[in-house]
Parts: sequence; C-alpha cells; structure tokens
Amino acid sequence: MTIVREFTKGFWRENPIFRLVLGMCPTLAVTTAAINGIAMGLATTFVLICSNVVISLLRNLIPPRVRIPSFIVVIASFVTIVDLVMAGFFFQLHKTLGLFIPLIVVNCIILGRAEAFASKHPLVDSVADGFGMGFGFTLSLLVLGSIREVLGNGTLFNMPAFGPGYFPFLVMVLPPGAFITLGFLLALMNRLGGHRPS
Amino acid sequence: MKDSLRLIVVLTSLCIVSAIALAKVYDLTKGPIAHQKRLEVLRAIKTVLPPYDNEPDRDMVTLPIGKDKKGEEVQGVFYRGRKSDRLIGLAFKVTSPEGYGGDIEVMVGVLPNGTVYGVEVLSHLETPGLGAKIREAKFKDRFKNRNLSSTKWAVKKDAGDIDGITGATISSRAVTKAIKEGLEFYRDHKARIVGSGQ
Repeated sequence: MTIVREFTKGFWRENPIFRLVLGMCPTLAVTTAAINGIAMGLATTFVLICSNVVISLLRNLIPPRVRIPSFIVVIASFVTIVDLVMAGFFFQLHKTLGLFIPLIVVNCIILGRAEAFASKHPLVDSVADGFGMGFGFTLSLLVLGSIREVLGNGTLFNMPAFGPGYFPFLVMVLPPGAFITLGFLLALMNRLGGHRPS
Repeated sequence: MKDSLRLIVVLTSLCIVSAIALAKVYDLTKGPIAHQKRLEVLRAIKTVLPPYDNEPDRDMVTLPIGKDKKGEEVQGVFYRGRKSDRLIGLAFKVTSPEGYGGDIEVMVGVLPNGTVYGVEVLSHLETPGLGAKIREAKFKDRFKNRNLSSTKWAVKKDAGDIDGITGATISSRAVTKAIKEGLEFYRDHKARIVGSGQ
C-alpha cells in the first residue's frame, strides 16, 4: 500500500513542479516543444531512479558528514552516462537538449529526493519514489511543452495543430511564455487542489 | 581519527567505482558518437552539393581561413565532391559571429566555378519564429545559382540583391555576409582548395 502511495504522490500531492516548485531551470528552459519536455523528463527520471537505487542501497554505509558529496558523485556519474548514451544513439534530441543534460546534476529534484527520501527509506520504496517523482516531472514538462508549442508555434509534436491561417503567438516559445504558462498552471493547480494560503 | 578515516575510505571508493563505470560507458559510446558526428557532416554536405559518388569527408583539405577574436588561427575544412572522379563541387562551413543570438554556422556548397549550389544552416541561436526562419528552404533557396559577379551580396535593405526575412534583418544580413566571405575565400584560394587531382 505504501509503495503505491510513494509512486502516486509525485503526480499530484507532491508534484515536483507544481507542488514543490523544484527544478525550475530545466522546466522553464527546455519546454519550448512537447517532445523536448518528454525527453528532458525521461532523462531526469532515469537519473532519479538510478540515483535513488544506489543511494538507498548505500544509505547505511555513507557517513552523514560526507553524504552530500557522495550523492553528487552518484548523480553526476549517472548524468554523464545519460549524456554519452544520448549523444551516441539519440543525436538529434541531444543536439536540442544539449546544454541542459549536464545541468541535470544540479537539478534540485534529484538531490532533494536523495536527501529527503532515498537516504532514509528501503530500496523498493525508493524505486517507487523515483518512478513517481520522475513521471510526475515528465508529465508536467509535457503539459508545459504542449501548451507552449501549440500556442507559440501552432504545432503539437511537430504536427500542425491548426489550419494554415493560425498566426503563432510567438511569445509563448520565448522565455516570458515559460513564466506565463507556469504561472497559470500553478494557479490552476492551487485552485483544484484547494490550496489555501497559510 | 577512526571516523575521518571512514569518511575518506567511503568517498574514495565511491569515486573509484564511478570512474570505472564512466570509463566503460565512454568506451562503449565512443564509436557511435563519432559515427553520428560523421553522419551529421555528410548529411549537410549531401544537401548542398550535386549528387556525388565519393566520400567528401575523406577527400578534403584544411586551410587557415582567418583569425578569431583572440587572434588565433581558424582552420576551414573544404570537402570535395566528385562524380566518376571528376570534381563536381566543394562544400565548406562558414561561421558568422554577427547573428542576433550568437554564431550562425552555415554549410555552403559551390560548383567548381564558384556558383552557389546550395546552403544549409548547421547551427544557430536565433529567435524562434523570426531569425530561426533562416533554416527554411524558402530563405536558403535565395542563394542558389548566385556567384560573386552576378549578385550584389547584401540584403535588399542594404541595397543588395538578397531578399531578407521580414523582421529578421540582422540574421539575414549575417548569413548573407558569411556566405559572401566564404565565396571570396574560395575565389582567392581556389587552386589550393580544388587541389591538383582535378
């Protein structure tokens, strides 16, 4: 039962983007198109699951005083692996996301889950947490990317979304569009979630 | 004392394991990455040259083409396209530092007499929806069949012959200038670029 809860919390209750508001750098920068959002989300999910597994397994071995450097070494290694594998097998995607893949290292979601969850919970729970948080992150990036691509470029997954008469709302694929979309989505989530200001 | 020894041992072993894993992955992906980079270059060459039957990236010449901002020499690579051993065109990369968002890299293909056969934008950081339209065939085709003597190499706004992109004069100007300089370099160094194996 708890495993299911650990898995599902990432989608809504503790959604990393709309609830915890973590990892804003990749969120805002790469979501110019739906496919970029998915790719970034999956790359982050992979790193998150792997680092959760390793850190959960080593949690009794790593002395608390060096836990942060240890987590960073584990995370950085997996990020480098993702970077190399993407460059070798998904070249076009790697070109688009290029700069942001190495930045997964400093994505607060991953270090955050390592510190707050994986270092205190057994393996299975940590895997569920990694999957849930990762997919919650991916889903959020997909939503952001889709909205921005449809409005800003008139396409979805590179397929035309409207007739040829549509004039793209360019600002949506530019940086301000990221903040505007995120703001509206946060407001909507708070409304639906019954979030009350304390 | 015993405690700090434990810190050192744990962190060091973690780093060693990571280093070994990364070395392994690097080794495994080295080949595919090099292969992808080569395909990328060949793809660009193919779009800017008439049909050829040799391997232009194995038949090339590297020449110093100028100095960068730091005064260091910049090397230019010239790929020779041949059909039945006859030289049918040359492809080379030109870089404009004058783009709106950063460097614009363009692959230019010319016939041996210096007439542009095709151009392809390799990388750019121009504004999506405006400057990024330099990627579109409509813009790239405007350079086809032009050479230094038949064309005034400037955008219409600067009293030249090239139709710029509406709202993206800076990007259009940068691409035009870069191609023009490439053609001039080709004209001035033709003997060395074409080589003796005509």
